[in-house]
Amino acid sequence: MEKLLNIKNLQVSVADGEADGALKEILKGINLEVNKGEIHVVLGPNGSGKSTLMNAIMGHPKYQITDGTMDFEGEDLLELKTFERARRGIFLSFQTPEEIPGITVENMIRTAKQSITGENIKILKFRKELKAAMKELQMDESYAQRYMNVGFSGGEKKRNEILQMLMLQPKLALLDETDSGLDVDAIQIVSNGVKRFHNEDNACLIITHNTRILKQLKVDRVHVLMQGKLVAEGGPELIDKIDKDGFGFLQGAE
Amino acid sequence: MAQEKTYIEDIERTLYDIKNVDKSKYKSQSGLTEDIIRDISARKNDPEWMLEFRLKSLEVYNQLSLPNWGPDLSELNMDEIVTYVQPDAKMTGSWDEVPDDIKETFDRLGIPEAEQTSLAGVGAQYDSEVVYHSIQEDLVKQGVIYTDMETALHEHEEIVRDHFMKLVPPKDHKFAALHGAVWSGGSFVYVPEGVHVEIPLQSYFRLNAAGAGQFEHTLIIVEKNASLHFIEGCSAPKYNVTNLHAGCVELFVNDGARLRYSTIENWSRNMMNLNTKRAVVGKDGIIEWVSGSFGSHVSMLYPCSVLKGENAKCEFTGVTFASKGQNLDTGASVIHCAPHTSANISTRTISKAGGKATYRSAVKVTKNAPYAKCSVNCESLMLDDISRSDTLPTMDIEGDEADIGHEATIGRISDEAIFYLMSRGISEEEARSMIVRGFVEPIAKELPLEYAVEMNNLVNIELEGTMG
Repeated sequence: MEKLLNIKNLQVSVADGEADGALKEILKGINLEVNKGEIHVVLGPNGSGKSTLMNAIMGHPKYQITDGTMDFEGEDLLELKTFERARRGIFLSFQTPEEIPGITVENMIRTAKQSITGENIKILKFRKELKAAMKELQMDESYAQRYMNVGFSGGEKKRNEILQMLMLQPKLALLDETDSGLDVDAIQIVSNGVKRFHNEDNACLIITHNTRILKQLKVDRVHVLMQGKLVAEGGPELIDKIDKDGFGFLQGAE
Repeated sequence: MAQEKTYIEDIERTLYDIKNVDKSKYKSQSGLTEDIIRDISARKNDPEWMLEFRLKSLEVYNQLSLPNWGPDLSELNMDEIVTYVQPDAKMTGSWDEVPDDIKETFDRLGIPEAEQTSLAGVGAQYDSEVVYHSIQEDLVKQGVIYTDMETALHEHEEIVRDHFMKLVPPKDHKFAALHGAVWSGGSFVYVPEGVHVEIPLQSYFRLNAAGAGQFEHTLIIVEKNASLHFIEGCSAPKYNVTNLHAGCVELFVNDGARLRYSTIENWSRNMMNLNTKRAVVGKDGIIEWVSGSFGSHVSMLYPCSVLKGENAKCEFTGVTFASKGQNLDTGASVIHCAPHTSANISTRTISKAGGKATYRSAVKVTKNAPYAKCSVNCESLMLDDISRSDTLPTMDIEGDEADIGHEATIGRISDEAIFYLMSRGISEEEARSMIVRGFVEPIAKELPLEYAVEMNNLVNIELEGTMG
C-alpha cells in the first residue's frame, strides 16, 4: 500500500494564553500512518488534542512543532507552508469555517483550484461541475454567488466545506468535527459526500465526537487520543465499544 | 505567532505623476487679495453680480476661521497658493484643437477613449479652465445642457444666478467662502423634465501647475421625473509644494428625479482636498452618491443630502483608502426634512502604512420629518499596527417614529481567515489581497468599470515575512 502521511513522535505546543511567552505542550509524541485508500478515525474526549493534530498537519502557525517528523508522500511537511501543503494535496475541513465577506463561493473555489492545479480553470466547465456537486450536497445553486460562509447556518458552513473537498479532490482530507452541530439529515448528506469523495487513491482522517457519521463509511483504523497521546488503536469495532462504554475504560492506558 | 509585517504597495501612480511643463497663458499672483479677485473676474468677463458675489465671499472668507475639528490644516498657507491658472488653450469641442501636451495628458487618463465607448458627454478641465466639452447630439435635441460653468454663466445666466451657491452659501465655512471668491471652471448640467440621460456624462479635473489651487464649480439640475448619471474624476501630479482643491458641487434633484453622482478622487499626495458637495432632493426624488477617495495629503469631504420632499431618498456608497502621509477625513451627512424620507449610508475605509482614515457622519431628522428611515453601515480595516481608523457618527433626531440604525466595525485582517484561504492552496500574499478586495467589493461593484479596475490595482499586495 502506498503511504500518504507518516507522522513520527510528533510533539506540538501552543503559546500559553496565561503565561506570557510560555509554551503549553498539547501533543506528546504521536505516531500515525495513513495509506492511500484508507479511512482513519480519531476519537477522544474534549481537549485531548484532536484539533491540534489537524491544525499541525495543515501547518497552522499557532501550533509549534517541538519534536518529531511529519512526511507526506515522502516529502517533509515541516518544510512546507500551509498553501504548499494544500497544493501537495492536503485538505482541512474546518470545525468552524471562516466567513470571508466579498468573496463568493464560486470565486473562492475556482481560485483555490487554480492555485492548486496551476492551471487556468475555464469558468463554464467549472460552473457545471460546481452545480453538480452542490446538487449532491443539497445546496441551493444560489449559494455559489453568496459570500463565503457569510450568513450561513452551521450546517450550511459544513456542507460548504464538503463542497470544497469534492471540488478540489485532495489526496488526504482532514475532517475536523465535520458532523458537529448537524441534524440527522445533514449528517446523512455530509456522510454521502465523504463516501462519494473517497476512493482507492485518496484517504480521510476524520475527527469526531459523534460516531453517527461513520455508520455509512468503511473505516479502516480507529485511534483514541487522550491527553495528547494515542492510547488505543484498533479496527471499526473500537467505535462500538466507545459508543457503549465511553472513554472510561481507557483511563490510564498508557 | 510570529509578528509579520504587511506592506501593501502604493497605488501605481506613474500614470498620474507625469507632469507637463507649465505653459499657462496667465497665472494670478499667489495669495488672496481684492485685486487678485477683481483681476480674475475681469479676465473671465463675469457679469457685475458675479464680481460682487466674489468680493462678498472674500469678506466672508476673511471673517471666518479654520474649522476647529478634523485634520490639521495649519500647513496650508493661502499666501503661497496661486488661485487662478489659465491654460494656453481655448475651450473647444474637438480634441484636435486641444494643445498636444494637454491632449496627451487626457489620453493617458483614458478620457477620449471612454468618451468613444461609454459616455454621452465629456468635460475636461486643465488647471483653472475647461479645455474641452462635448455632448451627444440627441441629448442636445432633448434640451439637455452640458457645458462649462463660464459658458453657462453667460448663456444661461438666470438659471445660474438662481442656483449658484444657494445650496452651499459662502458663509457655510471658510473654504466655501474661498470657493465663492475664486471659483473657476467646472461643469453645468441641466436635464429637462422627463428626460432620461441613459449614458453617463463625465467631467475630469486635472491640476497640472505646482502650488496652484483648483476651484471648479459643478452645478447640476435634474428637473421633475428626469434622470442622470454623472461621473467626476480628479487627479494631479505630485509636487513638493502644497496644492489646494476647494471645489463645490451643488445638485438639485427635483420631484421624482434621480441623480447618480460618482466621484473618484485620486489627487497627488501634496494636495489639500477641501471639497464641499451638497444635494437637495424633492418629493420621491433619489440622490445616489458613489464616492471614492484614494489620493490627497489631507481630505475633508462629507457630501450632504438634504431630503426636502416627502419620500425623498439618499443612497451613499463610499470608499476611502489612506496610506503613508495621508489623513483622509471623509463621510456623509443627511438632513431629513420631510415625512417618509430615507437614507442608506454604506462606507468602507482602509488605512495602511501609517495612514489615517476617519469616517465622520451626521444624520439629522427634523421635526417635520416623521417616519424618517436611516441606516448607516461603516466598516474600517487597518492593514498594520501603525495605521489608524476612527468612526465618528453623530445623530440628531427630532422627528417622530424615526427608524435609525447604525453599525460600525473597525478591524484588522484576521489571521484565521488567512490560514483558511491558505489551507485552500492560496498563497499568503494572494489571501491578503483577496480579503482586502472582498472588503471593498460591495463598493467596487458600484464604481464605473474603469475605476473599479483602478481600485483593484490598489490592493495589489506585497509582503514581508510569512506565515505558516
